[in-house]
Amino acid sequence: MFKKTLLSAVVALGLGGNAFAAGDAGHIEDIAFSFEGVFGKYDQHQVQRGLQVYTEVCSACHGLNLVAYRNLSDEGGVTLPVDQVKAYAAQFETFDPELDDYRPAIPSDYFGSSNDENAPDLSLMAKARAGFHGPYGSGINQLFRGMGGPEYIVAILNGYTGEEKEQAGTILYENTAFPGGWISMAPPLFDEAVEFEPAHDNDVHHLSEDVATFLMWAAEPKLMDRKKAGLVAVIFLTFMAVMLYLTNKKLWAKAKRKD
Amino acid sequence: MYSQPENSGISKGGRPLSHAEDTGSRRDFLYVATATTGAVAVGAAVWPLVDQMNPSADVQALSSIEIDIDGIEPGTQITKKWRGKPVFIRRRTAEEIAESRNTPLADLPDQTSQNDNKFETDASDENRTLDEAGEWLVMIGVCTHLGCIPIGDGAGDFGGWFCPCHGSHYDAAGRIRKGPAPLNLLVPTSEFLSDTVIKLG
Amino acid sequence: MGGIPHDHYEPKSGFEKWLHKRLPIVGLAYDTLMIPTPKNLNWMWIWGIVLAFTLVLQIITGIVLAMHYTPNVNMAFQSVEHIMRDVNYGWLLRYLHMNGASLFFIAVYLHIFRGLYYGSYKAPREVTWIIGMLIYLAMMATGFLGYVLPWGQMSFWGATVITGLFGAVPGVGESIQAWLLGGPAVDNATLNRFFSLHYLLPFVIVALVALHIWAFHTTGNSNPSGVEVRRGSKAEAEKDTLPFWPYFVIKDLYALVVVLIVFAAVVGFMPNYLGHPDNYKMADPLVTPAHIVPEWYYLPFYAILRAFTAEVWVVQFASLITGGIVDAKFFGVVAMFGSIFVMALVPWLDTSRVRSGRYRPAFRFFFWLLAFDFMFLMWLGAMPAEEPYASLALLGSAYWFGYFLVILPLLGLFERPQATPETIEADFDSHYPPKSAE
Repeated sequence: MFKKTLLSAVVALGLGGNAFAAGDAGHIEDIAFSFEGVFGKYDQHQVQRGLQVYTEVCSACHGLNLVAYRNLSDEGGVTLPVDQVKAYAAQFETFDPELDDYRPAIPSDYFGSSNDENAPDLSLMAKARAGFHGPYGSGINQLFRGMGGPEYIVAILNGYTGEEKEQAGTILYENTAFPGGWISMAPPLFDEAVEFEPAHDNDVHHLSEDVATFLMWAAEPKLMDRKKAGLVAVIFLTFMAVMLYLTNKKLWAKAKRKD
Repeated sequence: MYSQPENSGISKGGRPLSHAEDTGSRRDFLYVATATTGAVAVGAAVWPLVDQMNPSADVQALSSIEIDIDGIEPGTQITKKWRGKPVFIRRRTAEEIAESRNTPLADLPDQTSQNDNKFETDASDENRTLDEAGEWLVMIGVCTHLGCIPIGDGAGDFGGWFCPCHGSHYDAAGRIRKGPAPLNLLVPTSEFLSDTVIKLG
Repeated sequence: MGGIPHDHYEPKSGFEKWLHKRLPIVGLAYDTLMIPTPKNLNWMWIWGIVLAFTLVLQIITGIVLAMHYTPNVNMAFQSVEHIMRDVNYGWLLRYLHMNGASLFFIAVYLHIFRGLYYGSYKAPREVTWIIGMLIYLAMMATGFLGYVLPWGQMSFWGATVITGLFGAVPGVGESIQAWLLGGPAVDNATLNRFFSLHYLLPFVIVALVALHIWAFHTTGNSNPSGVEVRRGSKAEAEKDTLPFWPYFVIKDLYALVVVLIVFAAVVGFMPNYLGHPDNYKMADPLVTPAHIVPEWYYLPFYAILRAFTAEVWVVQFASLITGGIVDAKFFGVVAMFGSIFVMALVPWLDTSRVRSGRYRPAFRFFFWLLAFDFMFLMWLGAMPAEEPYASLALLGSAYWFGYFLVILPLLGLFERPQATPETIEADFDSHYPPKSAE
């Protein structure tokens, strides 16, 4: 009975993840990001490159209003030195309600909202999209590959076919990863769109993986703390379970005539 | 649930399942070890619950601010909000400096500097100001009596600040001279980052 | 307290006697902790402790989260992200609370199905069962209210759809819905009252849990054999039972920690697996997500709700005899609540004189079919409302009602149960033979 029920519970878990069954997005490739898995960590250099891609390309339209400049110096992410964060923030203007005017941003200020009202804010984008579904509403794909938010971002950035069409006055671009197949965002990246210092691969695929990593960090800045805590908790609880198992066994030995 | 780690509870149960005496100590050790593990788990679980009430990262980010003092003329002052309280930053005139430095210590009700940058120093004017020359005075603008905000710019009987709530008079160095307030206005942790920027906190 | 004879607390020192005359609280704690418990309880009797732990976990993390949360449509979403990003250990507390809800429901379903399998609901434990069903309803309400608070897209549209259920009540529906929402649509008034009620209901659950425990401490625990503890004398009762402390406390704690290993792994490594990505988008009253899906624990009942469309003959019949008052929408709502109501009536619907499913082979077949049906409906609830899922959901719903309303009453009359053990002691000894018998 117990084993069967446990099995049902496992299936129940699986079913939960499927909630948004019927996949409507195109093919999305699984990417082995450094932050995936039990020991996953953000690759600091990759997050920094992603910040550069965001700054030079995405930020023209997309905001990041839940992230503060000070977060750039937090451990386990972009982790820039404080003076560099100050210099980075000072490039941007922010509205100060006390002054009733714009002033150069300081680390405690937030990245702004989107400049283009049609461009969604990217703070949580890597968690607000799922790249993987099913199969058959079982949630198994997400169990083994993760939710697939960063993969979805990479797939969108690489999914342009080059086709365009005009619809109700807007130009739509064909994109194999976007639900519906047509997206209103013009292809944002091209090879060598961003020059890194020191030099690093900057074709569209590498750039999109870098920016997807940065956006995952923006959406889940405490990921490394969480995985560390999870690992410690699992190990400690396993030890505790062994202790309790032995205690329980000893305790019941007499009653079960086993000693 | 772990408060009774010893096997005392077992014999209390009404049916003592007394064990062979020789394994008693090993059993005790197991019970104590398990209970200790449980106590560690509870302790580890409690800390996040306590720590969440400490100031959060966005609040801490504002615990230290930088203030541009470029353009403050002698004889004027600005007020900035810092950690939820007003901070007075005054550039004093030569007369104010001279007046304050010539005040005998014996005239002061509070003999300590109340300066977070200079602990355990006396209330002489040199110990109150941020610079050697005594031009810059940075203080938390909260009356040490009951927390009102004193009026500045040479107010009161001593040419400094005057608290309208209960009539405390502070001199040009922010030291209490008359009235119910017990202490000099507090000088917060502060430093010059450059000639024109002061860092609070 | 309990009807099983056992030792009671005897105040010894002067202070103990003094206190005991004025407030017998130590005696109450002693009787609760030392209650004689059938010694043959198996590993399915652990979910009560898991549930008690989860209730405490949810209340503690919930109170703490409420210190940082702001129930206002303009700030709720940001305040949750403030918890996730800025509050010390906020991410941990929020993920624990969020996944704690799933742990709560996994445990309660296993607890309920254990009761259904071993006939724990049967006389004299009907009141325990009914209170349990009330706890379950309160949990469903609390979970729903809580899911609205982060003010994401699923929060908003879930609230819109679920409160729409009350709009289906003939005549007064719309007034009820407006009263629940505090306006014509889900808005700030809704969020504020949902926060207030989400804070209140867990304490109602605590009170119900106290009654639940009081009730089964009065009747004594059920057990896998379905045979009652002998109560003729203390010596006789002691052959069937062991005191709750330390035997079952340690056993339950062991099981709890094993469950928590899985829970810690989910929170640590896949905290959003059971959630929905759309809830990381702030609520937008102008855009409906492509698929509105409730949390996994509501899916079976959501499937039943959707199964009864206007094409189903029962619905058409109901509509005909009520002159159109009961339409498909209202029928679906009635069916959903009815599916829980028939479960609450099971003590009177099950006519078998044998309590435990262990000795009822025919019953076991139908029970496992019900368990499968539950999983099947859960899966269907997540699928889009189209064929073949709609017909399958109707089939699944029909079995759910059929099990409680037809199969259980008839089965008791026709099935031939196997012999049950004479005593709990005999059942226990058959698993752990006495030394002399070896």
